[in-house]
Amino acid sequence: MAREIPYIAAVNEAIQLEMVRDDTVVFYGQDVAPSDDDPLVQAFGRDRVRVSPISETAEIGMAVGLAIAGYRPVVELLMAEFMLVAMNQVVNEAPRLRYMSGGRVKVPLVLKAGYGFTAGWAGQHTGSIYTMFAGIPGLKVVLPSTPADAKGLMASAVRDDNPVVYLMHYLLVLEHGDVPEGEYLVPIGEAAVRRAGSDVTIVATGWTVGKALEAAEMLAAEGIEAEVIDPRSLQPLDMPAILESVQKTGHLVLADQATRHASAASIIAAEVAEHGFSSLKAPIKLVTAHDATIPYSEPMEAYVLPDEVKIAEAARQALGTAPVTA
Amino acid sequence: MTDQPAPLGDERLISMFTQMVRIREFEERVKRTFDDHPGVIRGHTHLADGAEASIVGSLFAMRDGDQLMTTYRCHGYPITLGTDPKAMMAEIYGRRDGLCGGYGGSMHLADPDRGFLGTSGIVGQGIPQATGVAYAAQIRKQGQVVLCFFGDGASKQGAFHESLNLASLWKLPIVYIMENNSYNVATRSEQEDANAAAGEPLSVKAAAHSMPGVTIDGGDPIAVYETVSAAADRARSGDGPTLVESKVYRLSAHGNLIAPPGVPLHYPEHEAITVFGNREEYEAALRGDPVPRFRMRLVEQGTLTAGAADQIAEDARDEMEAAVQFGLDSPFPEPEAALNHVYA
Repeated sequence: MAREIPYIAAVNEAIQLEMVRDDTVVFYGQDVAPSDDDPLVQAFGRDRVRVSPISETAEIGMAVGLAIAGYRPVVELLMAEFMLVAMNQVVNEAPRLRYMSGGRVKVPLVLKAGYGFTAGWAGQHTGSIYTMFAGIPGLKVVLPSTPADAKGLMASAVRDDNPVVYLMHYLLVLEHGDVPEGEYLVPIGEAAVRRAGSDVTIVATGWTVGKALEAAEMLAAEGIEAEVIDPRSLQPLDMPAILESVQKTGHLVLADQATRHASAASIIAAEVAEHGFSSLKAPIKLVTAHDATIPYSEPMEAYVLPDEVKIAEAARQALGTAPVTA
Repeated sequence: MTDQPAPLGDERLISMFTQMVRIREFEERVKRTFDDHPGVIRGHTHLADGAEASIVGSLFAMRDGDQLMTTYRCHGYPITLGTDPKAMMAEIYGRRDGLCGGYGGSMHLADPDRGFLGTSGIVGQGIPQATGVAYAAQIRKQGQVVLCFFGDGASKQGAFHESLNLASLWKLPIVYIMENNSYNVATRSEQEDANAAAGEPLSVKAAAHSMPGVTIDGGDPIAVYETVSAAADRARSGDGPTLVESKVYRLSAHGNLIAPPGVPLHYPEHEAITVFGNREEYEAALRGDPVPRFRMRLVEQGTLTAGAADQIAEDARDEMEAAVQFGLDSPFPEPEAALNHVYA
C-alpha cells in the first residue's frame, strides 16, 4: 500500500525500518537525536543512536571502523560539503580498504548528506559535488529524486556491502509523493524512465528531473515528445538504459545542476560519444550550471542554474527546431 | 585500574623474545631484498626494527577477541599475532599467494581473522577507524578492547584530536599507543610539536581530552606490557581510553629510497646521519637496541640460556629465509584480477 508522504519522511522511514530489521545498523551524526526523548533513541537506545561532535573526520573514520568490525553505520552529515572536511576518509579510506585487503574486509556504510540547496545558501552549502565521489572506484553514489526513491534507495544503501554516498536533494525534501509502506527497495544502478517519448532523450538527476519533466510538457505543446531518464545513481551508472533511449530518439540533452566540468552530464556525454555515436543525429546538448560559485542574490543564482526553459531550448536546438546559439 | 596485569612467566617471556627476534629477522630480510633481489619490492616499505619491544609488549596485553589497527609501518604486528610470514613476504613481493593477494603490498597488510583489521597509509587516518572499531566493541559488549597504533607525527593531525575527544566522551574501550620515534620522516619532533619543543612528553596531549596519558620506555617489552595491560583493563572495565606514549628509536630510515623505476630502492642511512649529521645519536640508539637488550636481561636472570637464545635466532633465520623463498617462488596475480574486489 502506498500513501503520500514527503521525501524527507521517506528517507527517515527507510532508516527506521532498516534499524528495526537489522540490529547492526547504527545511526549518528551532528544534531542527531540530542534528546533522550527522541523516538529513535526510545526505539533503539543510545548504543545505536548517537549525537556526535562537529568532527567529520572522526565521524566518517569511525564509520569505516564500525563497518570493518561488522556494523552498518549511517552517518548524518547534513551538507554534502561537510564531507570535504573529511575527504580522505570518504575517497581514500572507505572505498579502498576492501580492495587493498584483497577482499578480506568489507566496508558497508552510508554517508547521508543533503546537496544542491540553491535557495539563497550562497557559495558553500549549495554545491552539486557528486562527481567528486562518483569517480571513485569502490564508492557508490545515489541521488534520489522522488519520495519513493528516497526510501527505496536508502534501504538499498544500508543493505549494500559497499560504502554508499546517499545524497538527498534539499530542494525536494518537502515534495510529496506516493511511497510504498513497509519494506521497499530500489536497486542501486537501475535508471528510471520518468516520461516516455520518441523525439529526444533528456537525462536528469535530482532536482533537475522535475525541471526536465516541466520542459517535456512545454515541448509536448509544440509536438515534441521527450523521454526523461533519471539514472538515480551515478556509480554505478546505468549507461545501457541511456544508450537504449538515445538509439530510439537520436537526440540527447543532459540536464545537470552541477557545474559543467564537474557534472555527471560530461561523463554521460563522453560515454554516449564513444558507445552511442552512431545513434546520434545531432550533437549532444549539455544544460548545466555555469562554471561559477553559486551566488547568494536570487537573480544571479537563477542565472547560473539550469531550468525548464533552458532545458526545453536545448532540446529544440538538438532537434534543429530552434537556432543554435553559443 | 581493575587489577594488576597477569605476571609474565618464563614461557611468556621467552615467547616475547622469540617474537621480537622474528620481527627483526623479517625486517632484515625485507631490507636485504633490495640488494639481493633488486626490483622485487616496489614502492615504499617501512620497517619496525627498533620498535619490536613496543609492538610485542603491547600485543601480549591483548586477550582473545581484542583487535587492532595500525599505520603503514605494519609488519611487526601480524608476525606477533601468528600470521604466516610467507604470506606476508609474498604480499610485499606483490605475489598471488600474498596475504592480501598483492592488492595492498607492504603498507596495507590486514589479517582480520587474527584481529588485525588493517592500516592506513595516510598519517593519522587510521586513528578514527580504530575508534570506530572500539565503538563496535562497546555496542557488542563482549569485553573487547582495541589497540590503536600510530606515530608521534600523527598527533598533530585533526583525526587524532577528534578521535581522542570522542573516545573519551563515549568512554570507548581503546588504548591509543603512540610509537614516538622522534622523527616525522626527516623532521625532528621539537621542530613540529609544541609539547616536544617545550620539553614536555607528548602524552600530555591526553589531558586536553580528559584521559590518562603516560610516557614509557618502548624499548622495554615488560614495561610496555604492564602499561598497556593496565590501560586495556581500564578500557575493558568501561572507564575509557588511555594515551600511551611509547618511546622507540627506529633503527632504519623512514623508508626505502623514493625514486622512479630504474633507480635501486635501497635503504639510506637513518635521518639522524643523513639530515642532521648526528652519527653519535644513531650509534647510541644501536647500543640501546631492544632486541639484544632483552636477550641479555633474560639470559642474566636465568630465563634463557645463551644457547637457547641462539637457537631462537637461528630458527627465525630459517623461517624468514623460507619466507623469502616462498615469496620469490609465488607466481604473480593474473593481471585481470585487478578488477576483483572493487565492489563487494
